[in-house]
Amino acid sequence: MTDPLMLSLGIPLIKGVVILGVLLLTVAYLTFAERKILAYMQVRIGPNRVGPKGWLQPIADGLKLFVKEDLIPGSAERFVFMLAPILIFAPAILVWAVIPWGEPFSLAGVEITPFLADVNIALLFVIAVSSIGIYGIILGGWASNNKFSLMGGLRSAAQLVSYEVPMGFAVVAVVLMAGTLSLVGIVEAQRAAGLWFIVPGILAFGIYFICGVAETNRNPFDLPEAEAELVAGFHTEYSGMKFAFFYLAEYANMLVVSSLAVILFFGGWLRPFPNLEILGFLDLIPPFFWYAAKVLAFIFVYIWFRGTFPRYRFDQLMQIGWKWLLPLSLANVMLVALGVLLVKG
Amino acid sequence: MDFLIANFEAVLFYTVALAAVAGGIGVVTLKHPVHAALALLETFVMVAVLFVLRHAEFLAAVQVLVYAGGIMVLYLFAIMLVRFKGMRPDEVFLSGIAPLAILGGVLLGSFVAIGILLGTMATGEGGAAAMRAVGDELPGNTEAVGWVLYTTYLVPFEVVSVVLLVAMIGAIIFGRRDAELSKPGGEVKP
Repeated sequence: MTDPLMLSLGIPLIKGVVILGVLLLTVAYLTFAERKILAYMQVRIGPNRVGPKGWLQPIADGLKLFVKEDLIPGSAERFVFMLAPILIFAPAILVWAVIPWGEPFSLAGVEITPFLADVNIALLFVIAVSSIGIYGIILGGWASNNKFSLMGGLRSAAQLVSYEVPMGFAVVAVVLMAGTLSLVGIVEAQRAAGLWFIVPGILAFGIYFICGVAETNRNPFDLPEAEAELVAGFHTEYSGMKFAFFYLAEYANMLVVSSLAVILFFGGWLRPFPNLEILGFLDLIPPFFWYAAKVLAFIFVYIWFRGTFPRYRFDQLMQIGWKWLLPLSLANVMLVALGVLLVKG
Repeated sequence: MDFLIANFEAVLFYTVALAAVAGGIGVVTLKHPVHAALALLETFVMVAVLFVLRHAEFLAAVQVLVYAGGIMVLYLFAIMLVRFKGMRPDEVFLSGIAPLAILGGVLLGSFVAIGILLGTMATGEGGAAAMRAVGDELPGNTEAVGWVLYTTYLVPFEVVSVVLLVAMIGAIIFGRRDAELSKPGGEVKP
């Protein structure tokens, strides 16, 4: 176990496998959570047939999609059609290489850091890699050779490019406060400040989360897959495992946006008021559980949105992005920069 | 295996560089515009990997974010709206320009080689060390890039932003088909 090659290659490998396993299992059960919570909000029962109270439903869904016939439409662009699900799924998984999820701990005498890599530009890495995911949607929509899919893909491209800009500016506000692009560094900056960044960055958080919902194509911004007008949008022609990839990527991206929101604005794995001694008993709960609880709270908000809001019209969507969020986020960057200048001198 | 571990960086560099060049060749040879755009995307991402190999992580992230995530999406956006089925491939255009293109490529390559040679002779060392030398005590290259951009190269930086603004306004003007009509007194088409 103390062989240096083993330590430098084996541990990241094991960590990677564990992250992937936990991620895929979480994503599978998020679909279950969504169906159950939506059912509750709509006074229904939801899935309750497979296993006790329906708890094996995600496994059954996965198996079904796995063995289902894989159709490729005759007039589709074969290569791009097969490439699209990979292009959307790989970035959604890749970003987890730099997202930290707790504090360093030691296991069997080996110091284990709770991330695969603490890159000094982790935040930029997450944003950049996430932006690659767009290709899966546009190319999938185009390669299907179906006008509904194409419309869905085009809408999605316009939406993602529009909302990436204010999201970037909202994140810049946090970077100004923390003075670093490292995700571990941002959480440590919140510990040092004794304050979650949500307090000085409430406006940035609002912009970030609205954009995050839009970036993941979730209700009320789910125009790329608006079923009333576009059948199922960009993934109309997909079935079997390829469809599952689109589906899983959507949920994995929700987890990424929620995790980033928690790390940037809600202190990551820190307890509330991390410097207040009087709340020391809260340290009994391990950091990872604080982190997971906050992320799941965000996921619940996502599902709550879906159960509550109607969908925006496309011109409204563009207006919100360009006429409201963009100027607001620019003004916010100015305000935060001024604040940082006044506080830090 | 030992050779691979000892020369890992070099092996990685040549693999990625070859992939980048292959992508570049794909851009000009692939018949279908969407495939060509995908090849260009590959080149962008591979160049970002080359930046990482030179410890320019900030540049790498910005390369992926701006070129791959922004500009290429807009390219695809435009390409996807064109109907290719009825289009005839224009063979004359490519074959006529090929000798010039090869000459231009060779010239550009030799300029870059000369530049690297002169740079190495002037500083004594190239690459990441020269990059780090720009800021005296700066910890990361994000800070280094920002520092140089807002001190030494402030004027060129601002000029470039004005040039980009001009290009943007020009594109908007070209894009407005009804520019004449929207003048005061002009007719508005239904």
